Amino acid sequence: MPQVTLTVNGTSHTVEVEGRTLLVELLREKLRLTGTHVGCDTSQCGACVVHVNGESVKSCTMLALQADGGEVTTIEGLAKPDGTLHPMQEAFREYHALQCGFCTPGMVMSAIDLVQKHPQGMSEKEIREGLEGNLCRCTGYHNIVKAIAAAQEVMHGRRAELAPAAE
Amino acid sequence: MYDFAYHKPTTVADAVKILSADPDARPISGGQTLLPALKHRLNKPTAVVDLSGIAELKGIRREGDKLVIGALAKHGEVANSPEVQAAIPALAQMASTIGDTQVRNRGTIGGSVSNNDPAADYPAAVLGLDATVVTDKRRIAADDFFQGMFTTALEPGELLVAIEFPIPEKAGYAKMRNPASRYVMAGVFVAKTKSGVRVVVNGAGPGVFRQAEMEKALAANWSADAVAGIKQAPDELNGDIHGSAEYRAHLVTVMAKRAVANAG
Repeated sequence: MPQVTLTVNGTSHTVEVEGRTLLVELLREKLRLTGTHVGCDTSQCGACVVHVNGESVKSCTMLALQADGGEVTTIEGLAKPDGTLHPMQEAFREYHALQCGFCTPGMVMSAIDLVQKHPQGMSEKEIREGLEGNLCRCTGYHNIVKAIAAAQEVMHGRRAELAPAAE
Repeated sequence: MYDFAYHKPTTVADAVKILSADPDARPISGGQTLLPALKHRLNKPTAVVDLSGIAELKGIRREGDKLVIGALAKHGEVANSPEVQAAIPALAQMASTIGDTQVRNRGTIGGSVSNNDPAADYPAAVLGLDATVVTDKRRIAADDFFQGMFTTALEPGELLVAIEFPIPEKAGYAKMRNPASRYVMAGVFVAKTKSGVRVVVNGAGPGVFRQAEMEKALAANWSADAVAGIKQAPDELNGDIHGSAEYRAHLVTVMAKRAVANAG
């Protein structure tokens, strides 16, 4: 069986896989990192989004072997070891940007890539367009958009702390 | 998905050797089309040949009055490339609207053009800009390359290496997307090039095609008004649950007007 060596959330792993093993299968089934979800398995819903070498990808549409030598970040790798949440996670909590939570890991990973790619900041419209690859069936996206708008201010250093959500 | 062997050659020659030796091997780069097809068991390759480690297939560069884009250029790279934005802004704009962010972070121009999905965007730009498809064996004019639904002039084992786009005087693209799948229902790419005016329709028919009547009208008068009265015949167009052939034919005229307006 072929082997793949990759760094996931800062830890190096060497794992035996099949040619057809998907990156999301490696993460969930071999490494037991089940924060990354499989929603549609047809590259549409975005629940499986992780970062590979710093860019968001749908891990259900990438072979594990294609990530050989790469750096992968999953939702489990965002918070600091002491439990301090990433500003995007904190914003999702503060703005109640989830209901059932199934899409949330992919939403957060996509949102971070989106914010990093727009250092000048995004309008509400740009955030909504930028989330095209992620589906949420409960929230109507409204609070997700608010959370990302608030998180980008912290991530770009324009605010030291997250703006509190309205009561 | 059925299992397959995985190869990752580092040269075009090695990739071609593997692909030529095994007619059931398939090249993969971003895999944004191939992997979903394999999950549906629409295809059963014995091996996939990952092209992503081949340096010869990478890069975007200006060569005189041409823009050369390597097969491995991802949609996101093309969209954000200063070279593309300066030379052919319509191409960068097109790339920025393919799929979603995650698809654009993986999918490549070589894969899209080789696959020739009728609802793909890039084939319209390749044909509309009178580009040349460079393979490991030869150079193919865009007019000869696209041969209908999912069919191209590529022979088994032949690999698309790069695409050479002559820089046009003007170019513009407009498309109507299906509201759910976001694939093109009908799109039109217009360009004023050294070889004349070209108008290409994608999404509406079984493959990209040139709209001769609109080309003639725009050559005489480059304005949205010039194409406003030209009706596309619905005869050869696609009709399905997303829209009838007549609806798509109507969209062709609307998109042509918008494409000219976008080209400026």
